[in-house]
Amino acid sequence: MSFNHKNHQLISAVIQNPASTAGFSKADWDILIRQARRANILGMLFYFLREKKIKQAVPAFAFRHFQAQANLDENYRDAVKLECQRVSDILASINTPLVVLKGAAYVVADLPVSHGRLFSDIDILVPKSGIAEVEQILKLHGWLAGQIDAYDDKYYRQWMHEIPPLHQIKRGTSMDVHHAILPETAVLKPDSALLLQAAVPVSGYENIHVLAPVDMVLHSMTHLFHEGEFDHGIRDLIDLDGLLKYYAERDTDFWPCLLARAKTLDLSVPLFYGLRYLKRLLNSPVPGHVMAESEEIIGGRKKIMDILFDRALLPDHKSCDDWFTPVARWCLYVRSHHLRMPAYLLIPHLLRKAYMKRVAKNRSPDDKI
Amino acid sequence: MRVSAFSKVELADCLKKQGLCIRVGSFSVKIHSSMSVVVDGIFALYSDYALADDDYADFHIEINPPRNARRWYRPQVDFYFDGYRPFKPLPQDQAFALFEWSFNWCIASNCHTHLILHAAVIEKNGNAVIMPAPPGSGKSTLTAGLVSKGWRLFSDELAMLSLDNETVCALPRPVSLKNDSIEIMGAYAPGSILGPIAFDTSKGTVAHMKAPSESVARALEPAIPRWVIFPKYQSNQQAVLAPMKQAQAFMHLAENAFNYQVLRQAAFEKLGEVIDQCQVYQFTYNNLDDALEIFDGLD
Repeated sequence: MSFNHKNHQLISAVIQNPASTAGFSKADWDILIRQARRANILGMLFYFLREKKIKQAVPAFAFRHFQAQANLDENYRDAVKLECQRVSDILASINTPLVVLKGAAYVVADLPVSHGRLFSDIDILVPKSGIAEVEQILKLHGWLAGQIDAYDDKYYRQWMHEIPPLHQIKRGTSMDVHHAILPETAVLKPDSALLLQAAVPVSGYENIHVLAPVDMVLHSMTHLFHEGEFDHGIRDLIDLDGLLKYYAERDTDFWPCLLARAKTLDLSVPLFYGLRYLKRLLNSPVPGHVMAESEEIIGGRKKIMDILFDRALLPDHKSCDDWFTPVARWCLYVRSHHLRMPAYLLIPHLLRKAYMKRVAKNRSPDDKI
Repeated sequence: MRVSAFSKVELADCLKKQGLCIRVGSFSVKIHSSMSVVVDGIFALYSDYALADDDYADFHIEINPPRNARRWYRPQVDFYFDGYRPFKPLPQDQAFALFEWSFNWCIASNCHTHLILHAAVIEKNGNAVIMPAPPGSGKSTLTAGLVSKGWRLFSDELAMLSLDNETVCALPRPVSLKNDSIEIMGAYAPGSILGPIAFDTSKGTVAHMKAPSESVARALEPAIPRWVIFPKYQSNQQAVLAPMKQAQAFMHLAENAFNYQVLRQAAFEKLGEVIDQCQVYQFTYNNLDDALEIFDGLD
């Protein structure tokens, strides 16, 4: 049986119907590996194929590329867990619980979506009132902000939802310390206190917490649909697909809770987008009534957003692009800035950044702006 | 069918349009380039390589001028890894060398089914010598010399140690010669074929020497590592093969690995096995004839 698909639907074909890989031609494997490599999901697909018990059916020439990335997984997970444990110990000394977000959270909580998933930094959430103290104690333990000029520093501290990224001087690990999941200046204002209150302890650790299941899903959706970078769009969708399947199976109240929580946190819009594109691109099992209820929130913009997101969420590989893809990515990039900051702040900021980029070329590196 | 079936014009056309898909060791690589230096290099050095099925390639490499004014003004060249540009451009006369470096990079940063050491590997009678060494130690010159006199070339840059069994895999490619060694090899192996010369690279003047045809033909035959030898060229010293402590060799090998840090435990165990199954030496030499005699006498 030959399986009919177009190149841009290959990854979604694998996720929706793993058995369809039996009908893949050599050319299909070529494109799948290239897209997956670009989206950084070769390792995730290895575990996915293994879980669906079809990894034996993958031809050897292709299989080794999935295997190669999966070989990094075990040590990567150990390293992430060890680093979280260290940060947890540091925060415990000032009686602050460690709340881990995104990729590192999936790893410490041993969620199925964490397998084979590579990411570059650890994200944590702390109360805004305690952030100075957290920064201070982390600094004592070798977590320092990299070279950053006064303007950027101020930009982070005044407007963003995080302090400038920290780097561990000995181990080179990076960490983003957040006090919220969206910038202070963003249109939507989810209350961090609610997220922190509902965070759940991770078994096996003393002081490590992750967001409650519904909050974890909403955070991932908010991140994907409000930050204008889609390099890992398909990876984040696969995460969400995995999280929804995992939690909906374990808790019958999951869907109503998700809808209610989105309202409470002011995140109904990202929830709508998340559900819509999970359904459109990965055919995720979102119940019809949940979709309908979520749709009530949004007006008539669906068609336009479909044109943009259907393209931008695919891997950033030429086999997925049409002529409109670059325009779609650009439009969403502009949208993300609009969602981050009001124009009266954004325009002076962008002008200043553009100016500094020009003058930076003529300066010696240790000049301070 | 081999690359040698193409005339130079046909090869240039293929590289420019559909891309040239060739088999190198267990990998297939598809190369796109419209640059004459790349055509020259591939025509001179890759004639023995088999053409691979056009539908599938492990790596897609494009070597082309940047899409801006630097295509003409002080011309530069870029490496695109399947559309993504990992490095800054280089001067255009280094285009072929850039192809070779890019190919190394593709393997070293993606093929974690193997522990990959920065080392040359040569073989005789199914037994392999692994030669890790920092740049400037004469590793490539020694490799070029030995493979021109009957040793089989596995690689002059990448030792690929399988994590599944005790073998090292062959990846026969052109040998990178730097500065004085270009002339030395010309004199030592007069029949050897050199590709385009790149001047003023980060490693000085670089030219690649064609891999022996037999090494290319036997690329799918692995070997068992039997010796780990750290070579060092010293102009004032007679050839000496001195035994080395295993622990010291282990540390040096770990430092010379591309993916030791990411494979960690698997890499640690693999290196332990390799050190256990090998004799370990430090080797200083000042001419290739003495080196050949000592290597031929390895037992």
